[in-house]
Amino acid sequence: MVDAKWIDIGPVEQLPALGARTLPVQGGQEIVIFRTATGGIYALANKCPHKGGPLSQGMVHDTSVTCPLHNWRISLLTGEALGEDKGCVPVIPVKIDAGRIYIDRTAALAGAV
Amino acid sequence: MNAPVTLKDKQGHASPDERERLVVIGNGMAGCRAVEEILARDADRYAITIFGAEPRVNYDRIMLSPVLAGDKSFEEIIINDQSWYDDNGIELVSGDAIIAIKRDAKEVVSASGRVTPYDRLLIATGSDPFIIPVPGHKLPGVITFRDLDDVDKMLTAAEAGGHAVVIGGGLLGLEAAHGLSLRGMQVTVLHLMPTLMERQLDEAAGFLLRNELERRGQTIITQADTAEITGNSHVTGVKLKDGTEISADLVVMAVGIKPSVNLAKQAELEVERGIVVDDDMVTSDPAILAVGECVQHRGACYGLVAPLWEMCRALADFMTSTPSGYAGSVTATKLKVSGIDLFSAGDFSGGDDAEDIVMRDASRGIYKRVVVKGDKLIGAVLYGDTADGSWYFDLLKREEDISDIREALIFGQAFASGGATLDPDSAVAALSPDAEICGCNGVTKGQVVACIDAGANDLDSVRASCKASASCGSCTGLVEGLLSISLGEDYGGARTVTPMCQCTSFTHEDVRRNILEKELKSIPQVMQELHWTTPDGCASCRPALNYYLLCAWPTEHEEDPQSRFVNERMHANIQKDGTYSVVPRMWGGITTPNELRAIADAADKYEARLVKVTGGQRLDIFGIKKEDLPAIWADLNAAGMVSGHAYGKALRTVKTCVGSEWCRFGTQDSTGLGIKAEQMTWGSWMPHKFKIAVSGCPRNCAEASIKDLGIICVDSGYELSVGGNGGIHLRGTDFLCKVETEEAALEYIAAFIQLYREEARYLDRTAPWVERVGMDYIKGRIVEDEAGRKELQKRFLFAQSVHQKDPWAERVGGAESHLHKHIAEIRPFTVLEPA
Repeated sequence: MVDAKWIDIGPVEQLPALGARTLPVQGGQEIVIFRTATGGIYALANKCPHKGGPLSQGMVHDTSVTCPLHNWRISLLTGEALGEDKGCVPVIPVKIDAGRIYIDRTAALAGAV
Repeated sequence: MNAPVTLKDKQGHASPDERERLVVIGNGMAGCRAVEEILARDADRYAITIFGAEPRVNYDRIMLSPVLAGDKSFEEIIINDQSWYDDNGIELVSGDAIIAIKRDAKEVVSASGRVTPYDRLLIATGSDPFIIPVPGHKLPGVITFRDLDDVDKMLTAAEAGGHAVVIGGGLLGLEAAHGLSLRGMQVTVLHLMPTLMERQLDEAAGFLLRNELERRGQTIITQADTAEITGNSHVTGVKLKDGTEISADLVVMAVGIKPSVNLAKQAELEVERGIVVDDDMVTSDPAILAVGECVQHRGACYGLVAPLWEMCRALADFMTSTPSGYAGSVTATKLKVSGIDLFSAGDFSGGDDAEDIVMRDASRGIYKRVVVKGDKLIGAVLYGDTADGSWYFDLLKREEDISDIREALIFGQAFASGGATLDPDSAVAALSPDAEICGCNGVTKGQVVACIDAGANDLDSVRASCKASASCGSCTGLVEGLLSISLGEDYGGARTVTPMCQCTSFTHEDVRRNILEKELKSIPQVMQELHWTTPDGCASCRPALNYYLLCAWPTEHEEDPQSRFVNERMHANIQKDGTYSVVPRMWGGITTPNELRAIADAADKYEARLVKVTGGQRLDIFGIKKEDLPAIWADLNAAGMVSGHAYGKALRTVKTCVGSEWCRFGTQDSTGLGIKAEQMTWGSWMPHKFKIAVSGCPRNCAEASIKDLGIICVDSGYELSVGGNGGIHLRGTDFLCKVETEEAALEYIAAFIQLYREEARYLDRTAPWVERVGMDYIKGRIVEDEAGRKELQKRFLFAQSVHQKDPWAERVGGAESHLHKHIAEIRPFTVLEPA
């Protein structure tokens, strides 16, 4: 579906609970889509604010993900590092409609050439 | 709006011809409720005609489940019988569906060709069941669960008995399954998601629900993706995408509902997911209103009954000229399955500034979770005890400030608002001496106090003398309270042992003991039984639990891939730039020209950026992209190599020297023994990485004395030592024993590994574990206890018989291939490419 504001990236079922999938953006920053245990869907830039670790490969628990490189815990809601750590990763707005995931076009393409 | 003047006759009734004509499409719960609300406000305002597609009067659709289950008859669920229509002067046209709305002419056309004009039209067409368009979905015997006809079909099918497959483990599917099961059918529920009712329940509550349904004889298959419904003239079974086949005499599709919007779409009203309405329930055409499951209000569609009542009130207010406006609804759900108490309301997906309060009472089968944000309650899930559901729902809807009762919120209304003391110690002090403290061991408060009086002054000594808190440990807080009350300042405080993580008060040892004693076989089960205080654990406890379960129950545990660290999930080592490195196994450090060629070819083909000899005598290929992993594994598998597990908490390498075959000092065939040891132990998951080395003589070229297990060959046999570590804290091995034969060496290796696997804490390497338990203990278990050693060896070999698999080959075979693929790809300003 082509829409002015939202891009359809496929059905929710492609994501296992507590899982993540990546969404490369040509010429831009790779995005990661997460699914929590309770079915919440979130999207962040796939890059830990610490040393750029791929958050898509981290462990999801509650509404946070633990970066696989150095165990920074990042909020899926705000993109901010939790606990003692400081840093923030861009959050890309998503919405679910009729079982499909839509991602905010402008935020997804931010920085893409 | 040009409302005609309403003329009233002598009896006070308006003349039918002069009243505004209200036509309602839909004789269901929303349509009739809206009419009831309008009549209650102004009985004479409209001349009303209701069209219903079903040939019957208005009934309570949400009570279909009890009808199916045999708890109610159809007569009992009728809301309005024919006399209601008659008494209120409503014309009911049932069994004749409206097929078109002509907005220009302001009239509707029915299937029979009847044309009815309107001044105002109310669309209350409700929703349609989702049908998954798999092959066979139109076969006789495949039905939905939506109206009384469906219930009749199910009842007829149930009379013949046999198997029913219900596709969909949501509210509707589970209620259908329950009814069919009570009617004597064997029921299998297929659910696409890992958790039943995942939209209403969190994982823990879903787990309890699943257990209860299974106990009642239903078969529940989650993550079940239906591929096909089989049969020629009638349904005979369901085939899943993973190849599983389930026989079926009846298939019920209950995967969800979608707003019924076809009529509205054809009439070119504004329709998104549902018919778009404003706060007065008016559609894009001011003469047309809509209400119920067919509408979309402020972006939301509802599939529950409570919002419908609120919409009908707003609609009636507007239609009788005193608009109040509908502001959307907060919804709550209860499962109508007798004997299962389950309640869910609001938002329980958590969040940063949201705080979860979880209470689990395993012995009573109760799970409660409330979610608090700021000083407000935003969500609640209750299982097993739903008595406080309405209280929580009320707090939630009224957005009440709960800061004063926050501490006691989880205990429910009676406790939180009853002014009961919130100091746990005084609560314990108030208990009578015969109150039971420890349910597992039947210990009363009096007995605990007596044992404290007799000299027990900390938790461990209470546990040792009267057993209180020594089993599941859920009464630990109570016992500590008693210690603190009885000893006052002499009590040293709560136990200082470190709990496994912040999600629990149990230590690693407590958890492992409970997994065995209570036969816990999945992570949600552990979290429920051991009173975890977080909904789904953390990155620290989940991998540990997954390991403990697989170690305790090699053939029965429920593996949770999401609880494995990325390296074990991807079967490769993640590197700092997000690429991976791959290490194929080289048995005992031996390779061949063919293997080297295959590695060189793979390094070229997948553009490896580095090939490095590791400290464990293997070749590490760096810079492989995630999406290329299955392909490089396939190439290496094809050359006869398997995964080296260099990424895992697992047996990594067995390092060797060339031994007596080539070396002029070698005393035994160290390479041969190394290969045998590696072939016995590869693929075994461990608390941490595990390395073995075999040196052919005391010159120790394989550096066996800094490995987890080292073997040094001597003239008279093999010297075994353990607990070495070349890592941060350099540690030489401790001598374990000397054996004479290779066979004996292998037996001791297996036994030692199994002891470590069964007793060390997750992420303990052998060195800290050996230091903690002491060599005397390990010698006692491995050297002095021959029968025990052989049992350990047997358990190790049994686990290996099921777990010794090449994970690369499984992935190459297609397992979990989605892990390596992108979900999609965005190409700016062109089109979206599905992966």
